Amino acid sequence: MRRHHDMGGLPAGPVERTEHDHAPWEKKVDAILRLLVAKKVMTLDELRRGIEELGPGAYDELSYFERWIRSITNILLEKGVLGVHELGRAIEAAKARRAAAEACPKTVPTA
Amino acid sequence: MSHDHHEHDHDHDHEHDHGHGHPPGERHPFQPDLEDGPYTWHMALADAVEALLLEKGIFRPEEMRRTLEDIDSKTPANGARLVARAWVDPAFKARLLADVNAAAAELGIDAGPIPIRAVECRPGEHHVIVCTLCSCYPRLLLGAAPDWYKARAYRSRVVREPRAVLAELGLELSEEVAVVVHDSTAELRFMVLPERPAGTEGWDEARLAALVTRDCLIGVARPEVPRA
Amino acid sequence: MSGPFAPGRRVRVKALYPPGHTRTPWYTRGREGVILDLVDVEPDPEERAYGRPGLPAVPVWRVVFAQHELWPDYAGPAGDRVVVGIFEPWLEPVEERS
Repeated sequence: MRRHHDMGGLPAGPVERTEHDHAPWEKKVDAILRLLVAKKVMTLDELRRGIEELGPGAYDELSYFERWIRSITNILLEKGVLGVHELGRAIEAAKARRAAAEACPKTVPTA
Repeated sequence: MSHDHHEHDHDHDHEHDHGHGHPPGERHPFQPDLEDGPYTWHMALADAVEALLLEKGIFRPEEMRRTLEDIDSKTPANGARLVARAWVDPAFKARLLADVNAAAAELGIDAGPIPIRAVECRPGEHHVIVCTLCSCYPRLLLGAAPDWYKARAYRSRVVREPRAVLAELGLELSEEVAVVVHDSTAELRFMVLPERPAGTEGWDEARLAALVTRDCLIGVARPEVPRA
Repeated sequence: MSGPFAPGRRVRVKALYPPGHTRTPWYTRGREGVILDLVDVEPDPEERAYGRPGLPAVPVWRVVFAQHELWPDYAGPAGDRVVVGIFEPWLEPVEERS
């Protein structure tokens, strides 16, 4: 059963020299992962397994750090570090914070 | 690129009462990255996971800040310094080939806890790195991998038709030169130690290091002396 | 290191195709190569990926595969090769042909 991520040797199109500077939210995902690994909450092996289990659709449709945060979240849910309901609330809270900051950015302190 | 990191310098309960603007006197705990463009669901997910992990005490705000600073401090210039030193100091080169992490520490560079091996290009032998299964890269030394390194085309093809892939990236190799592809599968990362180009005799390390690009350290380019 | 695995030994990657997480690339399975060196002894990623400790740790060997062994229709020179870290449980010794 060859899975989607195991792509060495398969035909593919030309290599395109795409690159971008990482956005702050991407660095945040990277930092979350590093801290979780350093604190032994999860391993890189679990991160990889979680990415592989997102399936071929997600693999092609999501960006690199979108796959990471999806995998990290699923692993933390599996381990009971996070709960589904509190995560739902926290996502809505994050959106509300963003909306509030966009409405009045000058009230956001810089330090 | 902005270094507009999130500051979390207080630890009050930030999970509640956030739906309707800021209560008077409250300092905003999560400074949104307004320059990220549209706020996607995945950005909200990342913010939510971070908020919950902070709330649960899994890590502290200052640990997040330090980790972000560490991420920003890792650049290909670290690898270029190692290569330049190896070119001028054969004893250092031997130590670099034996243990990149220890050699980096000699120059005050923290290469992180995952071992890194240097693979040396020689006349008749060129090395290039990939990770076909995910996208392992010596990021704790060189910073983030470029997007193309993580993309399907490179990962799929460089183990099957390395010469064609290198040519697409601008490196044509003669049949006299063997191509050695290193596929990172274990807890070991690789960096390429390129050959010192001709015409650089007597150059100092800083001048040499300027020739060593990230792509040279991946093995999809060779250092080139600019034409005078 | 004693046993059948040591630098210079000819080995074959087992032709096994299980579901689940592994660090053995598909394209190496059933292929023969030569051990270059020992990477390290590492917790088994096939266990760690599922939240278990992966102990005892297993040796990981760097194995050199000739491109012509991996891809019979490979068009480049005979010296071209791929070096892959393979966890020892995936390796079996190959009897040297005399």
